[in-house]
Amino acid sequence: MTALLEVDHLTKRFGGVTAVDDCSFTADGGAITGLIGPNGSGKTTVFNLVTGYLRADSGRIAFAGHAFTRPDPAALYRRGLSRTFQQARIFPELCALDNLIVAAGHPWRSLFAPRRGKADTARARALLDEFGLAAHGEHPAGSLSYGQRKLLEFASVLMSEPKLVLLDEPTAGVTPSLVATMERHIRRRHAAGIGFLIVEHDMNLVMRLCDPVIVLDRGARIAAGPPDAVRADPAVLDAYLGD
Amino acid sequence: MTLPGLFRAALFFAALTALPFVLTAHWIVNLGVFTLIYAGLASAWNLVGGLAGYPSLGHAAFFGAGAYAEAIYFQHRDVGADGLTPFFVLPLVGAAVAVLGLAVGWIAMRTRSDVFAIVTITLLFVAQTLAFNLNSITGGSQGIGMPGAPFDVDSYERPFYLVLVIILAFAMGATWAAMRSGVGLSLRAVAADEQRARGIGVHVTGVKLLAFAVSVGIAGMIGAVWAYYVSFVYPQFAIDPLITIGMVLMAYLGGRGTLWGPVLGALILVPAQQYLAYQYGATQLYLIAYAAVFLLIMLLMPRGILPSLSHLLRRRAARASEPADQTPADAVPTAEEMVR
Repeated sequence: MTALLEVDHLTKRFGGVTAVDDCSFTADGGAITGLIGPNGSGKTTVFNLVTGYLRADSGRIAFAGHAFTRPDPAALYRRGLSRTFQQARIFPELCALDNLIVAAGHPWRSLFAPRRGKADTARARALLDEFGLAAHGEHPAGSLSYGQRKLLEFASVLMSEPKLVLLDEPTAGVTPSLVATMERHIRRRHAAGIGFLIVEHDMNLVMRLCDPVIVLDRGARIAAGPPDAVRADPAVLDAYLGD
Repeated sequence: MTLPGLFRAALFFAALTALPFVLTAHWIVNLGVFTLIYAGLASAWNLVGGLAGYPSLGHAAFFGAGAYAEAIYFQHRDVGADGLTPFFVLPLVGAAVAVLGLAVGWIAMRTRSDVFAIVTITLLFVAQTLAFNLNSITGGSQGIGMPGAPFDVDSYERPFYLVLVIILAFAMGATWAAMRSGVGLSLRAVAADEQRARGIGVHVTGVKLLAFAVSVGIAGMIGAVWAYYVSFVYPQFAIDPLITIGMVLMAYLGGRGTLWGPVLGALILVPAQQYLAYQYGATQLYLIAYAAVFLLIMLLMPRGILPSLSHLLRRRAARASEPADQTPADAVPTAEEMVR
């Protein structure tokens, strides 16, 4: 049985800097996989390579049994891989409800139907409800707080019923109470059968939420395994605390 | 469309249609023809420049393409005893220009924002240079003459006027249909963050090419009507940067991305321009006055008249309904509100 997402020997150089160095790992559809590492270790670059926002110099990925040498964000999204961004990219001029509906990932011809189809609207409203944003459905997303935007972005990528969601620092810059909210949402969706791959700096959150945990340092994978094993790994300690 | 919206549109188009039968003076209907030309152009431009956020400065090239297509076709042909044949070929002209736009857009729309503006204005000058130099097709600087329309002298402008009303209705209908469907939603997502839109499965290339093709197709049809109206097509007037600038200014003034904004912009600017040119034409002061009007409105209503007004009204309503004002200052009206 192969994993849902297989990342195979990815390398990416920016000029003379090797941001991602021959990096391989897998993420299972039934797991919450954590991807951690010190600042500048290449976590977000890995995300961008995997989702096709950046083109790797070498290596390939496979998602749901499909190999991609040149991953394309749209093709991956259709196959069930979606992502969020560190800076919560939402469409500020669209209302919260439309932010969800636009992400439903429909085929071409349904574009000509009314944009608020019954099924889409019902699903979007249910998601807004689940994420505590129901009161803001008709408000422009740009008027939401930063934390609410992060929730909205998370909710929007669930519209297409993905198999695997990549979250790039879901709790960066939000209030402690929202960290707990975010964790609850991830757990609930995980229980409903969605796999997660999470880049996160909040170690407490990673250690209680993620299993396995993959550690990057200078673009290379230096450890992978259950949180307790990773925490005790000398190479990891060295990367975080060493010179 | 909501009932008030439908009522508003019906009233507007009834009034527009009635105008040349009530006010028959030539200068009024002539002014009406040019106002409608720009209302249609601004409305069409809005599909690309407003909804999709691609600020095309090359639309005059497609206006010119339509004008030349019409003029070349009728150069040696009869316009029919009733003079209506040139109007019947308009859908054909529009379709041809739209196909041309598809090809151009496929290349030009790989660039965005300011680069796209530069690419498209370059296209405009390339088209103008071609029109000047392809003597055997366009007649070069000699221009092309079209047979005159055999309309009654007393109401000569009226048929052109009415055809332009139909084209404007088509442009606004297309805008309205886009706004209420997934196409408009996709276009707005493209305008806000194209990369992310692509990443969440929005058919980015498809919708923006569709918008561009429909938009320039309408511009081409309007160009064709203009060619028949002025009955002589010269490169410097058919493919004129001022036409591009006019439609862009009007869309900005009334409110980009709204259904009524571009039309409102044309209704204000075209008569204002004519009046100023008439009053101060000799001294060129009219150009300064024209710019001053525009600067003033941009200063007071940077998003255009309709979005600024609706924002103001919403804030007032919010203040009246809830004492603790929770509407943030940067709130913008949604598409839904603009359609209503």
